[in-house]
Amino acid sequence: MSLRSLSLLALAAALSTPAWAQTAPKPAASPKPAAATSAAPAQLVAAQSEVAFTSRQMGVPVDGRFRRFEAQVQFDPKKPETARIALKVDLASITMGAPESEAEVVKPEWFNTAKFPQATFTSTAVKALGGNRYEVAGQFALKGITRDIVVPVTLAAAGANTVATGGFTLKRLEHRIGEGEWADTSMVANDVAVKFKLTLSGIAPL
Amino acid sequence: MPESAVSRYSTPAVALHWLLAVLITGTFALGLYMHELPVSPQRLKLYSWHKWAGVVILALSVLRLVVRLRSPRPRELAMSGWQRSAAHATHHALYLLFFAVPLAGWAYSSASGFPVVLFGVLPLPDFVPVDKELAATLKGLHKTLALTLGALVLLHLAAVFKHQLIDRDGLLARMGFGRA
Repeated sequence: MSLRSLSLLALAAALSTPAWAQTAPKPAASPKPAAATSAAPAQLVAAQSEVAFTSRQMGVPVDGRFRRFEAQVQFDPKKPETARIALKVDLASITMGAPESEAEVVKPEWFNTAKFPQATFTSTAVKALGGNRYEVAGQFALKGITRDIVVPVTLAAAGANTVATGGFTLKRLEHRIGEGEWADTSMVANDVAVKFKLTLSGIAPL
Repeated sequence: MPESAVSRYSTPAVALHWLLAVLITGTFALGLYMHELPVSPQRLKLYSWHKWAGVVILALSVLRLVVRLRSPRPRELAMSGWQRSAAHATHHALYLLFFAVPLAGWAYSSASGFPVVLFGVLPLPDFVPVDKELAATLKGLHKTLALTLGALVLLHLAAVFKHQLIDRDGLLARMGFGRA
């Protein structure tokens, strides 16, 4: 082969394998499951998730939500009883649309976020009820008090993601939320409706 | 608007006048006191009572307007032209404010994200969206309108005293429960 042909060949070869392009995939923030295997960790899509509540002040519904929370979820639809769910909510990230309320609710009589910055939920058992409905039993810790609760959860597919929605009724006085003069339930009701929507990627098809 | 030979306003008109005088004065005083309080269950309670009273005032004002338009009224007292004009203007303005003040307050509550739940059991509709800037505007509007109402009530009281004690024209009997 002439030198000219070799050069052309070399040039062609060089151009066809762009060395400057990144051919290796970017490393994920945490290990991605190669294929959805059992007990592989799912990722929370925070932008499409929500942890919120509705309380009642003398009959008036007052909504709030938490802007910062994390979820560690391992779930295999074929073996739901092996699922593990851990949720952590940053209580000081609360937003209620009313600056006065937000300033009040972090105080010691309420969440006392200085001493108890997070509310957590850790699952202990998951029961499938059929039709993508589940009962998740676990321990809910808020303001230093832990209670066993059972939360009904419904799963739905949303493209490649899975959306878990559910809720439970929190009795605020059981966790001393609103103490002293605020313990009066005719002012702020004892029942608080907690609801969540967690969008998760990396869960096998339902 | 029928004027007739009666010497005083009708019994429903008189009853509504005095009932609303008490309610409006009380609700105004409550508003003045409560809005400076720090966040507390007491403040929550007073704000709720203030809103419930405002809604009741609004409803009774509708009734009052209907009565005003349909019931026989005593003939106007003799007085000079400017006094008659001032009386009409004040009364018209008062009627407007009876509606505008509670409506502004209701809208302010809605815009702040606190729907009005009458007596803690009957949710009333929000006719404005939740909007911080709108809430700030409506708060100012509610306060200005309420203070205007207060000023006109004081003017109204001054005029009543003038007619009753200086002119001695028996004005108060027209809004009393004596013989019609």
